[in-house]
Amino acid sequence: MSDDPASLSLSIRGRSAMKYLWLAAYTDVIESLRARWFMVYAMVFGGLVVILFAFGLAESRIMGFTGLSRLLITYIQLSMAMLPIFVLITTVRSVAGDREAGVFEYLLSLPITLGAWFWGRVFGRFLVVFLPVFLAMLGATAWGTIKGVEVPWHLLLYYSALLMALAWCFLGIGMLISTLTRSTDVAQGAAFVVWLTLLLFLDLILLGVLIQEHLPPDTAVAIALTNPMQVFRTATMMLFDPQLVLLGPTAYVILDNFGQNGYIGYAILYPIALGTACAGLGYALFKRSDLP
Amino acid sequence: MIQFQNIVKRFRRQRVLKGIDLTIERGHRVALVGSNGAGKTTLIRCLLGEYICEGRVLVDGMDPRRNRREVLAKVGFVPQLPPPLHMPVGQLIRFSATLCESDPARMIEVAEQLGFDAGHYHHHAFVKLSGGQKQKLLIAIALGRESELLVMDEPAANLDPEARHIFFELLAQKKERAAMLISSHRLDEVATLVNRVIEMDQGEIVLDDRVADLIDLSSRLSCTLRLLQPEAAFAKAIAEWGFSDVEAGVIWEGTIAGPDRLRFLSLLSRYAALLSSIEIREAETQENALRRGSGINVV
Repeated sequence: MSDDPASLSLSIRGRSAMKYLWLAAYTDVIESLRARWFMVYAMVFGGLVVILFAFGLAESRIMGFTGLSRLLITYIQLSMAMLPIFVLITTVRSVAGDREAGVFEYLLSLPITLGAWFWGRVFGRFLVVFLPVFLAMLGATAWGTIKGVEVPWHLLLYYSALLMALAWCFLGIGMLISTLTRSTDVAQGAAFVVWLTLLLFLDLILLGVLIQEHLPPDTAVAIALTNPMQVFRTATMMLFDPQLVLLGPTAYVILDNFGQNGYIGYAILYPIALGTACAGLGYALFKRSDLP
Repeated sequence: MIQFQNIVKRFRRQRVLKGIDLTIERGHRVALVGSNGAGKTTLIRCLLGEYICEGRVLVDGMDPRRNRREVLAKVGFVPQLPPPLHMPVGQLIRFSATLCESDPARMIEVAEQLGFDAGHYHHHAFVKLSGGQKQKLLIAIALGRESELLVMDEPAANLDPEARHIFFELLAQKKERAAMLISSHRLDEVATLVNRVIEMDQGEIVLDDRVADLIDLSSRLSCTLRLLQPEAAFAKAIAEWGFSDVEAGVIWEGTIAGPDRLRFLSLLSRYAALLSSIEIREAETQENALRRGSGINVV
């Protein structure tokens, strides 16, 4: 380690910046755990697993899947539809709501750097939105273990990584929307429009219509590969349908260009990159704008 | 210490601050007064580096936006409306003390002086405290650290008379070392706390005046009030100031904080027809006795 005073000062600054970042993250976690939205959020995802168990999904058999595998596949498909809108709405509501209510005015009058504040909130919020979804899955696994059902560990790990990437992606988008808008109502409306647009571009809905209207196949595939919800959906399908028969001819493009493992890597890395880019853009705008 | 140089702030096309030039030195206790929309809060937010504005804001030569940590480490801020924070009281104190590199015990001590038992409410959510408790805690966080600039928006509005007196005493301890900027809609709320008055109207400074600095912030006044007849409404109002009934609701005695005198007289003015005499004397303290012998003021 260098004894140069300048590098020493930089190192101390870096350490204290990290300390403030984790302090901001911890504060956001504490704030969120006591907020009503978090209770609803945790109850929805926890309740979902309970309902799936209650309806005997772990005992049913469909397409060769039974037990916990079947339950996890159903859970992940439901999460794809619910997680993005939940993450978007809760993020923009609480961030824009805090700004409106004067929380920013007070907390940002304390000596914290804007970087530590913003990224601290992002990391804190990520823990808060990812953990209930993950814990619900872990709970299902624990229950299955107690009941003596075989645990599909590879599925659990793979789905956890996909859920993590999806949550991070929509958190980044949510932070960007919160920075761009000045009121809770506008932020909520914008979040809903984003979610609806991505939902429309899922292969079953708009892409099917576009292909019927002779949209070039490359464009359709490009849209499918840039829509994080579609990327997630395709990746989850891959485990129970490795040849992507359900996807039709698009599967050839995906499998020829990526291969199965390549696509799985893409499905995890792309949403993380997109979420980070959105959060980074949000931070750049946040730094240059009025804070409260 | 603080310099505002030609500060202009626009919200869309509307100019909310129209070229503010202002210098505030250490030891200045400034009342920033003006009606709603005058630009007081906007000016404070520019000072705290929360708003981007045209012109330059400098605190000890530093830009509060570029040097956030260095500038805000000097600033104790008390907002008019407490933020709806869900975090527990203990967490808020720890968070603030860590950021300000201060001792949380000092903040807790100041809170206790103001009559708020931070230990008892350690696990209570801040948002669930009463208005007065929130205000006391925010004041404790601002004053329980080495702040050189106090920025306060209607700071004593929710405090009971005893807490107001302690608050004035705490301000008195800082008055030589710190600059204070106290914002209020009404001058009579803060007039006795300050030595300079700045009035804003529609984004401009329309008055910048020095005020005689004769009132000791930590002084107390003994009061005896005589009424023509007992009156329930008066009894209720005066009991809130901690006065006690000496003779069948006709004679009342109590003490008020020196800087609260205008506010107190304003209360009495509502019952002017009922009052037969008012006696207000500076309460004898060791310091007063040494300074002035036994001077008595009778109003």
